[in-house]
Amino acid sequence: MSISIQNISKRFGDFVALDDVSLEVPTGSLVALLGPSGSGKSTLLRIIAGLERPDAGSVHLADEDVTASSPQDRAIGFVFQHYAAFKHMTVFENVAFGLKVRHRPKAEIRARVHDLLDLVQLEGLANRYPSQLSGGQRQRMGLARALAVDPKVLLLDEPFGALDARVRKELRVWLRRLHDETHTTTVIVTHDQEEAMEVAETVAVMNRGRIEQTAGPVELYERPKNEFVMEFVGAVNRLGDTFVRPHDLEVTVEPNGSTREAMIVRVVQLGFEARLELVGENGEQLAAQLTRDQVEVMELAPGQIVYVRPTRQTTFTE
Amino acid sequence: MRRLALRTIALGYLAIVLLGPLAMIFFKTFEHGFGAFWDAVTAHESIVAFKTTLLITAIAVPLNTIFGIVCGLAIVRRRFPGKGIVNAFIDLPLAVSPVVVGVSLFILYGRGGWFYGVFENHGIQILFALPAMVIATMFVSLPFVAREVIPTLREVGEEQEQAAHTLGASGWQTFWRITLPSIRWAVIYGVVLTTARCLGEYGAVAIVHGYKTTATLQVQDYYENFNQTGAYAVSLMLAVVAVIVLISMILIRPREVEAA
Repeated sequence: MSISIQNISKRFGDFVALDDVSLEVPTGSLVALLGPSGSGKSTLLRIIAGLERPDAGSVHLADEDVTASSPQDRAIGFVFQHYAAFKHMTVFENVAFGLKVRHRPKAEIRARVHDLLDLVQLEGLANRYPSQLSGGQRQRMGLARALAVDPKVLLLDEPFGALDARVRKELRVWLRRLHDETHTTTVIVTHDQEEAMEVAETVAVMNRGRIEQTAGPVELYERPKNEFVMEFVGAVNRLGDTFVRPHDLEVTVEPNGSTREAMIVRVVQLGFEARLELVGENGEQLAAQLTRDQVEVMELAPGQIVYVRPTRQTTFTE
Repeated sequence: MRRLALRTIALGYLAIVLLGPLAMIFFKTFEHGFGAFWDAVTAHESIVAFKTTLLITAIAVPLNTIFGIVCGLAIVRRRFPGKGIVNAFIDLPLAVSPVVVGVSLFILYGRGGWFYGVFENHGIQILFALPAMVIATMFVSLPFVAREVIPTLREVGEEQEQAAHTLGASGWQTFWRITLPSIRWAVIYGVVLTTARCLGEYGAVAIVHGYKTTATLQVQDYYENFNQTGAYAVSLMLAVVAVIVLISMILIRPREVEAA
């Protein structure tokens, strides 16, 4: 089911959470809302869910205007950052909740819940209470609970934000695989650009209540529309008016015509990758991304003077 | 040394203010043996008084429980004008002397009062009858459920309720399946406190009771008529109920912690 958001505005007192936002989410796609905290991404998701009312604008699910309808009439599944687990219910009862309130037959509920627990790998924990689960398990339960009612739209609000890095990566891959199988229209809110780029087909970058750019991960990274997007979707160096990604900054030991001088402050080895922190001629902070081999061949070390040259740069005219 | 002194002061204070009087009542009650006590407790007036107290409690507690939950939900979950005032007014019965409540009922429902005509003209007697006693008791025991429920609702948060909504639950289903179970210990705790307050109410009811008496009023009645054994016996019964209430509160507490 497609989602169409038209000219949505929302204020909380004096704070403008959303300022005339429009977004199209085609049926079966996975879209990420990416932005810093306070950018309005969660508010937008909650408006799609019906958990907040917009001050202006409309939300359409498929071709139906649902702006005024309540969450329980929207055929959505919502996953909360802090799980929103029903603490007084077991894992089984949590997942069964949506079916129970729809008065489905008991046998059907049992079968469906066990299928879902299987899907999220919680089969053995059906009789546990949420307090007896790890964060990752709780969130998988949250996903199973949301999926139980066969939502036409799956909405995830920073679903992996409270989890540690490894569990986060696992669930990210799992979510992507799930989407490839079910093709449920999905919107995920995140402040983690890596997560957005890895999971979503389309990323809407949000800032101060507005969408700055909506594009695929590659285009977003290669052709950011403005400084904000450029800086938000990846690390960036500022050289006067131009922006250079760390991997587009060439480092050499000898100067040549177009290079500028810089001093190495720190060398960070991250497996195959190595990061250099440098200080330029005018005291500007620079970062360069190299391979470990390059660092070894050039024998780069802190305190050393090197020469840098952008191989690719971006300038915005604003 | 200092700790010992503190402990002595605390326990000494408790003994003088609380345990001493209770022990005296216990002692005095059985001064003339268990038979005298039993006769006093099972005397017709005592039985009638206990029944009235129980009836009033049985009406006031459920009503104040419903009010407390609804009021707590309104204050924590909704925005409405005058919310701050409502929140402050809930505590009024704790601050106002029960006698004042009795007098105000007198003014409202008595001859020439605002509501006198409304009921009296239809043959319904409020003042000097059960209705006024119930109203007075409800007033003084009003805050307890709300005061227990409000902080718990805040602590539990709204997310579980929102999750239930997104899963298709109606407002009513969400209340019964999510909200109420998550505040159940606070409600039970509030009910226990409300019950204790209803059983012990004296001041407001004393003004509006008429010919009917409650257990507390019966104590006074016996005492004034030099039936000391009767006064002590009924007092002891009230104290025993209070102790049962206290023990049930202690039994509830650890479960409340576990639930949170």
